[in-house]
Formats: sequence, structure tokens, C-alpha cells
Amino acid sequence: MAWWVWAIGLGAAVSQTDNPLLLLVALAVLGYVVTVRRTDAPWARGLKYYFVLALIVVVLRVVFRSIFGGAIGTADHVLFTLPRLPLPHWAANVQLGGPVSLENTASAAADGMRLAVLLCCIGAANALANPRRALRSLPGALYELGVAVVVCMSVAPQLIESIGRVRRARRLRAGRASGLRAARAIAIPVVEDAFERSLRLAAAMDARGYGRRGEVTAGTRRLTTGCLLAGMVGLSAGAYGLLDTTTPALLGMPTLLVGAALCCAGLGFGGRRIATTRYRPDPWQVPEWLVAGSGVLSAGVLVAASAAGIGSLAPSFSPLAWPGLPLLPAAAILLAALPAVAAPPPPVTRGAVSPLAGDRRVRARSPEVAA
Amino acid sequence: MIEFDRVTVTYPDSSKPVLRDVNLRIDEGELCLVVGATGSGKSTLLGAVNGLVPHFTGGQLAGAVRLDGLSTADHPPRDLAHLVGVVGQDPVSGFVTDTVEDELAYTMEQLGVPPEVMRKRVEETLDLLGLAELRRRALHELSGGQQQRVAIGSVLTGHPRVLVLDEPTSALDPTAAEEVLAAITRIVHDLGVTVLLAEHRLERVVQYADHVVHLPGDGTVLSGDPAAMFAVTSVAPPVVELGRLLDWSPLPLSVRDARRRAGAVRDRLTGLVPPPRIATVLEAPLLEARGIVVRYGDATAVRGIDLVLSAGTVTALMGRNGSGKSSLLWALQGSGRRQSGDVEVDGRDPKDLSAASARALVGLVPQTPADLLYLDSVGAELAQADRESGADDGSAARELLDRIAPGVPDDTHPRDLSEGQRLALVLAIQLRARPRVVLLDEPTRGLDYRAKQALRDVLADLAGRGHAVVVATHDVEFVASAADRVVVMGDGDVVADGPTVEVVVASPAFAPQVAKILAPLGFLTVSDVETALAGSQR
Repeated sequence: MAWWVWAIGLGAAVSQTDNPLLLLVALAVLGYVVTVRRTDAPWARGLKYYFVLALIVVVLRVVFRSIFGGAIGTADHVLFTLPRLPLPHWAANVQLGGPVSLENTASAAADGMRLAVLLCCIGAANALANPRRALRSLPGALYELGVAVVVCMSVAPQLIESIGRVRRARRLRAGRASGLRAARAIAIPVVEDAFERSLRLAAAMDARGYGRRGEVTAGTRRLTTGCLLAGMVGLSAGAYGLLDTTTPALLGMPTLLVGAALCCAGLGFGGRRIATTRYRPDPWQVPEWLVAGSGVLSAGVLVAASAAGIGSLAPSFSPLAWPGLPLLPAAAILLAALPAVAAPPPPVTRGAVSPLAGDRRVRARSPEVAA
Repeated sequence: MIEFDRVTVTYPDSSKPVLRDVNLRIDEGELCLVVGATGSGKSTLLGAVNGLVPHFTGGQLAGAVRLDGLSTADHPPRDLAHLVGVVGQDPVSGFVTDTVEDELAYTMEQLGVPPEVMRKRVEETLDLLGLAELRRRALHELSGGQQQRVAIGSVLTGHPRVLVLDEPTSALDPTAAEEVLAAITRIVHDLGVTVLLAEHRLERVVQYADHVVHLPGDGTVLSGDPAAMFAVTSVAPPVVELGRLLDWSPLPLSVRDARRRAGAVRDRLTGLVPPPRIATVLEAPLLEARGIVVRYGDATAVRGIDLVLSAGTVTALMGRNGSGKSSLLWALQGSGRRQSGDVEVDGRDPKDLSAASARALVGLVPQTPADLLYLDSVGAELAQADRESGADDGSAARELLDRIAPGVPDDTHPRDLSEGQRLALVLAIQLRARPRVVLLDEPTRGLDYRAKQALRDVLADLAGRGHAVVVATHDVEFVASAADRVVVMGDGDVVADGPTVEVVVASPAFAPQVAKILAPLGFLTVSDVETALAGSQR
């Protein structure tokens, strides 16, 4: 939980700025903390995929801005000019092709970077917190969702394993292991396998009492679902309204609050129907406070700084200038690196844990994985 | 405790019911063994106990199943979790958490057991099942036997009054299976839990049963005292078969019972020789392997094994889970890893050849045969096999399949075949390339006695046609009846290699029941005894 608060805090902080220097600082903090404090569990290796995804986001952002162009100031430096596509008059606001300026590209890149660092924040939380433990903190009303997520999380690594196994088996029939034709031959056994495993796991969870309902009436159940649905709609509409400045103010904060209230009510109703207990509740002590606090604090500082209008949080792109590094926000983001020391070091586990690693114990269970 | 009241289960797309008008009562504290051939409805019967059938499988259940008075029609499985614990064949597919302790606590968390009580029950269960040392270990690091014990423990902590086990030992080697069965009997005796158990390899469990439920395969169910029921069951372990052959009554259920009765038979058999099993004419070797080494990262799976396979022999490859059997087979076929050593078949090394030429030298049926099937009918798979093998001479694959398992219709979907039929289909596809060497990785998994007998005949037929056959398996009884030679692997090395009689009788873990009963005579199977006795009477 603490890690999620930390990551969301850092994400909120990052969303306040598109100063590339600050964003790079945040990225460095994320990378460092994850490297120092992650375990060697399979999910902990996920951060690099988030980095790749982040890079794609930046590139896409720049490419789209180049194609769809944008207003070009007179003082802008034109890098190159794309052929312009004439569009009918009703699409006059949309511009395809045309000159691409340095200023536009830089601002697109900075914008993309902000989104990218946000993604990496989520990735970091994923890598640091055991997803199954995080799932246990899920409110009772979301139990049905919980089944789906647990099944996904257990089956996904097995899916990779069975792809490997089926590809190897392809050679036994002298089939090709790559290409479009082979994709079908590999996909069908793999999907069938994954499907059966998912069903077995869902059945096993059910048989062990997952999602037991206490004494609830159908009415309460419907109320719960209704509240949650309406609340979710409210939350998404409100978030959109807040981020997009062109929508009426009513769609922003008020909708968000109503949505949040509805969700809480739904979760409350739903939580009452299920009585579960916790074997070893995750502790919430000094390290957890420090981890969560550092994230919240850096978010707070950046929000305050942006409200106070500290200039270098949103550097000027036109005219293009080298952004300055505002000291206070930078310090706040660096503060988020505190968990690298404050959080307890990961326990040393014996042997590799990945199901695909050539570990002896792993193979002892299923020779076909490694063979 | 468990009551089936005129239960009929029908699955969609099937004309006749799996279970028909079943009336059954199982009392508190019994160990009840469910026996029957594959497809006779064992899993359906077990699933119906806590309502997974039909809540999860679909289909229609008429009549009523009641547990302690609660009907499964009104209570879904999750609401019966405090009464019934279910453990399936593959423990890994049912694990929800990451570590042993968490998994043991999971059911209790769902049931809302107070934390202090949970602590106590986790400790008790760790001790009961001998898992105390493993409490903080990750589940996927454990061996198969340990995983299965954790799976049993994880449902026991909820203090269910009924434990349903669907083939809990079918994926385990003999030693791991012993571990699990010892844990189960301890539960029955110490806690008085009612246990409902289905198992293919009956020889391991018959002696512990208080009650036998027999499914003859037509949807009906017979139940009664073990010794009485086994006189009529369609499947029976070797100890019972021997008792039937010798007209013992009541039938013996354990090696101990049988050994005490067998004095007279041992005297009659002394001096008789078991029928010869090894092909006397040893032909030139078909496959020669020297110094095979297979490594994964730091771990060595196969450490420099030499192996020679001759035409006309069936070789069994045995050993613990993880002893390198699969790795060796894949290395011999040429598709798997091999860091050093050579394999020579017909003067060529399959590793250096294209996949198509390699499979014409050595055919391998992998552990999960379904991995090779991807078309939507048996006919299409067979036609594809004919095409893959080059020279298109019509229906050669079909002929092979008919020889191995006659009467598999062309338009069936491969997924709807029984385990045995699917194995036969993949074997036919692999044989279509006309390899002289045939390797099978764990083919006996999930096969009942009849299917195993059919497989044995197929292997003997292949050997008779000049193939060299290797079967990796845990199944001691199958090895005793099917193999001419046994190679035992341990930690990547060959531990023992020799004719079946010598290797199998030498160690109690690998000895079949008949050998244990008649030791020190070298008889391994009931049919050996039958042949010898028939010969002596003449």
C-alpha cells in the first residue's frame, strides 16, 4: 500500500510540470528506488517494459504533433516541411502536414515525457509491491473484479511458459516456429491451455470460499452495483473535466467529488456483505509512513509551487529557452528517493524465482519448462 | 454426511447422462474410494459434492446433492467452503497466493476466521502435514509432493468435514505419492474427516479404503465394502487381480494381506521360470548416444549419459521428478538443448538435421500431447500429418491410428477425445514420419488400466516391427508389464540400467506389487504368473 501511495504522490508531483530537467530527476529517482528496493520476484522485473512503453509514448506524441502540426509563431525555427494535405472546409481546424517547428517538437516531447514519467510511476509501484498483497487491500465490493485480476496474474506467467513449450513442440512435427501460419498452430494449444487453467483457478478460488456472501438481500446487492457504476462514471467524467480546461467548470471538481462519494457509498454497502479476516495484516509502521509520506510531500510541494507560479515549472517553448532547474521542486522530487534508504531491504530469497529461469527447484516441478 | 438423492447429470451436447439416477450415502469419517475407467463420471461425481458441477462446468443436474443437509442447488460452492475442501490433480493451478503460510491461511481468511485462531490452525496444519520447514518458502520452489501437501493443507485449515481429492497423486513420482497418501491417511485417522478420493493407480490406495464407490461406465453407481466391490469392478490393482486369478476370498487389498496368503503359490511357482521378456536376438543398435550433457544456466540436468538403443526393445526411463528424464529425451530427439555429446542414428546426428529429417529418425511424443494438435478435427490432423511427411500416399496416418486405437471418428474435435485416444492420435502423427526410434514422455499420465494395457500392446507391436521404444514414466506397474529394459536416472546420471526383472526387483520403491508378494521369485505381473501356472499344469 505504502508503495502505491508513494508512486501516486510522485505521479501527482510530476503531472504539475513539464520541465524536462525535473522530469529527468523524477525518472532517476524512480529508477534508483526500484533498483535498490525491489525483490527478485517475477513481477519485479516489469519496470523495463514500462520504460519501453514510456519511450513509445514520447515518440508517438512527437510524431503526431509533427503530422497534425499546430500554430506556428513567426519567430519559430522551421525544421522541415511535410507535404500538406488539403482537407474539406468543415475540417478547417485540423491541419495535416505543413511546416514542423523546433518549438512545437520540443513542447510535444516535454509533454510526452510527462506522460511517460507518470507511466513509469505506475510501473515502479507494480515492481515494488507484491500485486497479490495489493489486491488484498481491495475493498470487499470489488470482489468479482478481484477474481478476474487474480486469475490474470496467475495465468499470465504460465501463458509465457506454455508458449515456450508449444513452440518447442512444433519442431517435433517439423512445423515452423515463427510466421503467420505458425502463429495459429501455437496460439490454439496455448489459448486452450490458458483457458482451462483460468477456469480451474476460478473454480478453486470459489471452492475455497472466495466471494462468500453473508446475509444480503438482492436489493443491497443491486444498490451496491448501482452506486459503484454511477460513481465510476462520475469519477472519469470529473477527471476529464479537471484535466481538460476547455470543458465547463461544473464538469470538473463537483462531478469528481460526487463520483467519489458514490463510489465510497458503494464500497461501504458492498463491504458489509463479506466478512473476511486477515492472517498477517500488512504492517503500517515508521517505514511505511516514511515511504508514503515522501511521495505525498513531494506532490504537495509541487502543487503549491505551481499554484504560486514558480516560473520554471512550465518552461517557455516559444521562444525556446533552456529550462532552468527550480531548486525547491527539484529538492521535493529528490525527497521521493528517501524510500531507497527508509524502506526495509527486500528479503533475500533463495534461487531465482521466475518460472522461466533455469532454476533446479523450478525444474524439479515441471521438467517440460526448462527442457 | 454426503447424500446423493436420485442424481442425474447431463452435459450439453451429449445425448446420454454421465450419472443416472444415483443414490449414494457416505457417512462421517469414511475414506471412500471412487473407482472407474476414464470417462465413467468420476470427476463429475466428485465435482457434484460441493456444487462445482453444475455451477462451474455447466450441464444439468436433476435430483439433489445434500451435504450435512445443505443442498448444492441453493448453495454455490463458495458457501459450502466451510464444509468441503476440494483438491484437484494439479495443485499449482489452484494456488492463489505466493508462500506456503499465506496459502494455508487463504481459506480461513475467506471464511472470516479470527486471526488468533488462524495462527493456531496454521501451526497445527504445518505439523500434521510435515510442512513446518517450508512455511516461508515460495510455492513454486516446492517439489510436486510438497505442493500437493500444501494444497491439501490449505483446504484443511478451514476445518472442512469432507475432503474431496480428485487424483491427488497422478502427477507424482512413487516417493512423492507415498508422502501425500501418508498425509491423507493421517488426516482420516487423526481428524476423522470424511475423504472422497479418486485415483487411477489403485495399487497405491486400495488398502486404505473403508468404502468403495464403483462407476461401471453406464452412469450407474455401485457402492459397498472394498473386498466385496473389487470382486466385480471393471478396474482393479494387481494385488486384486492376483487374488482373482487364484480365487482367494476375501480378496486381498494390500501387499501384506496377499503375502500372508501366498505361501502355497510361492511353493508352486518355485522352480518355474517367468516367461522371457527380453528379445533374445539383439540387433545392431539403432541409436547411439555418447556423453550427453544438458545444462540450463548453472544447473546441469543431464551429466554425460551414454545410451544405446536397439531395435525391438521397449526401454523404460524412470526416476524422480526432475531427475533429467525429459531433458534426456528432448536431447536425443535433437530439438532440445544439448551442450555436448553426440547422438548417432543411421550415421547421422538429428541435431544437425532439419526438423523434418530429424523427426524421420527419432519421433517424440511430449508430456502434453495436446501441444501438437491445432486443427479442429481428427481427420484434418491426420491429413496434415500425411502432408507433413512428404510423399503423399493418401491415408497412411489413418491406418496407423486405426492400428493403435481403432474407431476414432474423423469428425471428432481432438479436444473431445479421451486422454488415451489423444495420445494415440499424436503417436500416429509422429509415427507417420516413419522414425525407427520412438520416444514417449510420461504417456501413462491420466490413463486407466485398460488404456495402459492398450498402450502396452501398441508398444510391444512397435518393438516387434523393429522400432526402438523409450518410455519415460513413474508407473511401476506399467514398467513391469511393458518394458524389456529399465534405465533409472537420478540427478542427471544413470543410476541403474538392465533388464526389467533385475532393476525392478532390486529396489522396493520400484518393485511392482506382484514382485513384492512373490519375492524372491522373479515374477512381475499377474499375466506372468498366469502363464507360468498354466504351463506347469500342462
